[in-house]
Amino acid sequence: MQALLEVNHLTKTFTLGNIISRVRITAVDNISFHIKPAEIFALAGESGCGKSTTARIILGFEEPTSGEIIHKGKRDEKQRNEKVWFTQGIQAIFQDPFGTFNPLRIVDRYFFETVQQYKLAETKEDAVKLIDRKLQAVGLSYAELAGRYPSEFSGGQLQRISIARALLTDPILMIADEPVSMVDASLRMSIVNLFKKLKEDLGVSVLYITHDLATAYYVSDRIAIMFRGNIVEEGPVEQVLIHPKHPYTKLLRESIPEVDPNMRWRETVNLSDTEQEEYLRKGCKFAGRCPLVMDICKDVVPEDIYIEDVLVKCHLYPEDSQDAS
Amino acid sequence: MKILRDLFKDYRFGISFIILIILLIFACLSFFSPYDPTFWGDVPRDLKPSMTYLLGTNSKGQDIFWQATFAVRNSLIIALIASSVSRVIAVLVGMVAGYKGGLTGRILMFVSDVFLVIPLFLVIVMLAMLVRDKMTLVTLALLLAVFGWAWDARIIRSQILSLREREFTQTAVLSGTGTVPLVLKEYMPFTTPLVFSTLINNMSWVIGLEITLAFLGLVNMEIPTLGTMLQWAISYQAVLLGYWWWILTPIILSILLFVALYWLSVSISEYLDPRTRIQRVGA
Amino acid sequence: MTNPILRTEQLKAFYVLDIHGEQKVVKAVNQVDLEIQENEVYGIAGESGCGKTTLLKALYGAIEPPLRLIGGKVFYFVDGLGLDVSSLGIEEKRKLRWEYVSYVPQGAMSVFNPVIRIKETFWDFINSHGGGKTRDESFEIARGQLHELGLPVEILDAYPHQLSGGMRQRVTIALAALLKPRIIICDEPTTALDVVVQRGVVQMLKDVQAKLQNSIILVTHDMGVQANVADRIAIMYAGKIVEEASAETIFGSPFHPYTQYLINSLPKFGDKSTRESAPGNPPSLSDLPPGCPFHVRCPYVLEICKEQMPATSKLEVNHKVACWLVEERQDASSS
Repeated sequence: MQALLEVNHLTKTFTLGNIISRVRITAVDNISFHIKPAEIFALAGESGCGKSTTARIILGFEEPTSGEIIHKGKRDEKQRNEKVWFTQGIQAIFQDPFGTFNPLRIVDRYFFETVQQYKLAETKEDAVKLIDRKLQAVGLSYAELAGRYPSEFSGGQLQRISIARALLTDPILMIADEPVSMVDASLRMSIVNLFKKLKEDLGVSVLYITHDLATAYYVSDRIAIMFRGNIVEEGPVEQVLIHPKHPYTKLLRESIPEVDPNMRWRETVNLSDTEQEEYLRKGCKFAGRCPLVMDICKDVVPEDIYIEDVLVKCHLYPEDSQDAS
Repeated sequence: MKILRDLFKDYRFGISFIILIILLIFACLSFFSPYDPTFWGDVPRDLKPSMTYLLGTNSKGQDIFWQATFAVRNSLIIALIASSVSRVIAVLVGMVAGYKGGLTGRILMFVSDVFLVIPLFLVIVMLAMLVRDKMTLVTLALLLAVFGWAWDARIIRSQILSLREREFTQTAVLSGTGTVPLVLKEYMPFTTPLVFSTLINNMSWVIGLEITLAFLGLVNMEIPTLGTMLQWAISYQAVLLGYWWWILTPIILSILLFVALYWLSVSISEYLDPRTRIQRVGA
Repeated sequence: MTNPILRTEQLKAFYVLDIHGEQKVVKAVNQVDLEIQENEVYGIAGESGCGKTTLLKALYGAIEPPLRLIGGKVFYFVDGLGLDVSSLGIEEKRKLRWEYVSYVPQGAMSVFNPVIRIKETFWDFINSHGGGKTRDESFEIARGQLHELGLPVEILDAYPHQLSGGMRQRVTIALAALLKPRIIICDEPTTALDVVVQRGVVQMLKDVQAKLQNSIILVTHDMGVQANVADRIAIMYAGKIVEEASAETIFGSPFHPYTQYLINSLPKFGDKSTRESAPGNPPSLSDLPPGCPFHVRCPYVLEICKEQMPATSKLEVNHKVACWLVEERQDASSS
């Protein structure tokens, strides 16, 4: 089956600092993954590991330093303004529900604009019907939306409205960049369940970017764990999160707080002091914090190794298993 | 309208609005003036204010009341033309520089910096001396407009730069909005208060500059404006001779105009400030 | 058992807003009674907009217009004496701040002045609380504090932007604990942090509490964090505390329908079955429905719920609930 979206050897470097001291940070370091139709693919990792940068590159808001994005078999060759063919199939939802819409504009304007630009309806009545249909799909209605400003809605409602707007063009891929991190923990399920519904009822794929592994486990089919720009583990979510192979995945998994006072964390954890130093490490970037670190980890970047369905980037695993590169 | 009602709750807006309406009516009276403002000797000279001559007469034999109506009208015209033109330039330059960025943005900002840095006053004086005889209200206004846009262009540009990074810009792009409609529909609501308040401030600046130029005799002295009235009064030694009605009229009118414009600008820009607007919106 | 360190009685704090002539009253804290013991971690949980931050402001004595104290009292127990906070003068309150009670606000990382080094901020705090210490002595104190809490002392020489988010948050907590206050109030200390950093911050809070043997009031909507650190938890909804019990009870046998929703909506590992959030939305605090504020979304709603606010009843020792179902069940079991 042809992949919906392919990311090949994507790299993005930022140069920070001024004339006197420059630092080059490789926010995205040679990552590759693909998303299949009708699947929810989670891209997980700490804040600042490069996931959002990847999303921005896929959507065309940033230029990659090298690498390519292939969508439906076509290479991504678009100028900044002629994005219509691309955004027809791919839409996005962002982290801050209150930032997604201009606070000084009525929310339904965005809906009508989308309908107009993509020529989705002929008359205003048809447009309203279409908008209402999409809003019903997320549990709201046009009557509740009409004439209102973003400040009149709650964060959870705004995220759902944002999803409804993204659904207008019947996309096949939805890029959700931390869609629930700014929503209350108790309301996250309603939004995450929506993604599940989109996949099951409409066959929409979702690239679910998050640092919340609990919801990632709950909703995704496959998952890739990112650490400081590298994908360190990737595979079916049951495999990766229940039987983690990479020490960082294990750390992430253990750090998710259990909702049970009898199961509190026992061991202490080491945190990095500054993020920059980890980006600049030679060899494996996790070597500074890894409980199982070996000498080779500090000098040599680990290879990508396949173990059954799972891809791991770690020196712990012998290279005579099938090599990916 | 609800907006006007809300604005009137601020006493500053109320007072300044009334003053401006009065001054506008005053300016419109100039169309009914029985005298041509450029003629001398229409009436007896140096008379104190009386029932026949409400504000008295000056040493050139002109009725000060009717002179003042022309003065206010002309000063307002100069101010309006100059600030409107400079707003348009500022908005265009600021928005293009802000949204496009890159080389275009840098060139535009360089040009605006040039206009900021050159000694404004000397250049205006030089240009005014060159064109003095051909100076009409409109040429004066355009001259002042050319020097009034640079500062605000930079402010608008920095605002656009920050708005460009906000997430709703991305939402608009994903809704298929093209560049020009995006800038107009998404950013204008934020830029409008800036434009409005700088418009009014600019008007004050223009009037002040006009008065200064007139004081130096660099404009067409026959056209009555607040500045020229003041200049004639001073050159005819109105203070020493005690013709207080001649010198006080332009001064008081100018003060009223400045205060009104200032309060108007402050109250409107507070009202339009996006932060308080967001509180009010949908409330 | 009862060694209270802070207590509120019928606390009411509303925001009175005047937007261009229209008055709006936001009932952020609507009759709150609570008592915090010494040497415990007291968690306050609830959705955004339920009044938690306002409650903290009231507890900290930082009530400023448009927030007004409409009724009730807040007592601090300093050296065994109960002090009514509203009767304290500005200078007395200032002295209590940071030495008796300190506050780590939301987005605490911005507590640091971005243009001076971390050690200068420490010096600033130490200096404003008397003691007449020189700069070098303050730096020594700061170093000692960081060392004791397991943070690298080198960061004192850094600027705030050079530290990671998690590190800044932990330094803020170290700063709050500097003068060994009896109460530390934390407002959403782990929101916007990812799981690993969150764990580190929670770890640190527990360390601080264990070392100082003081009380920590922790406000967060994240029940996972509450489970890991709180001894007792109060659930807040629409300005009221609807349930209060030990952490085990809240998670093991929650009584109030809202608490039940909160607990059941959280995903558990190894369980991919569908979970549901509470339906509907929390009410606007300026436009509360009559009776119990939760009745609109409650699956067990009774007629009386729509008319009258339920009083707080004691289900058991140390388990308080504000719900008409308590009486219902009692009537049912007695009849």
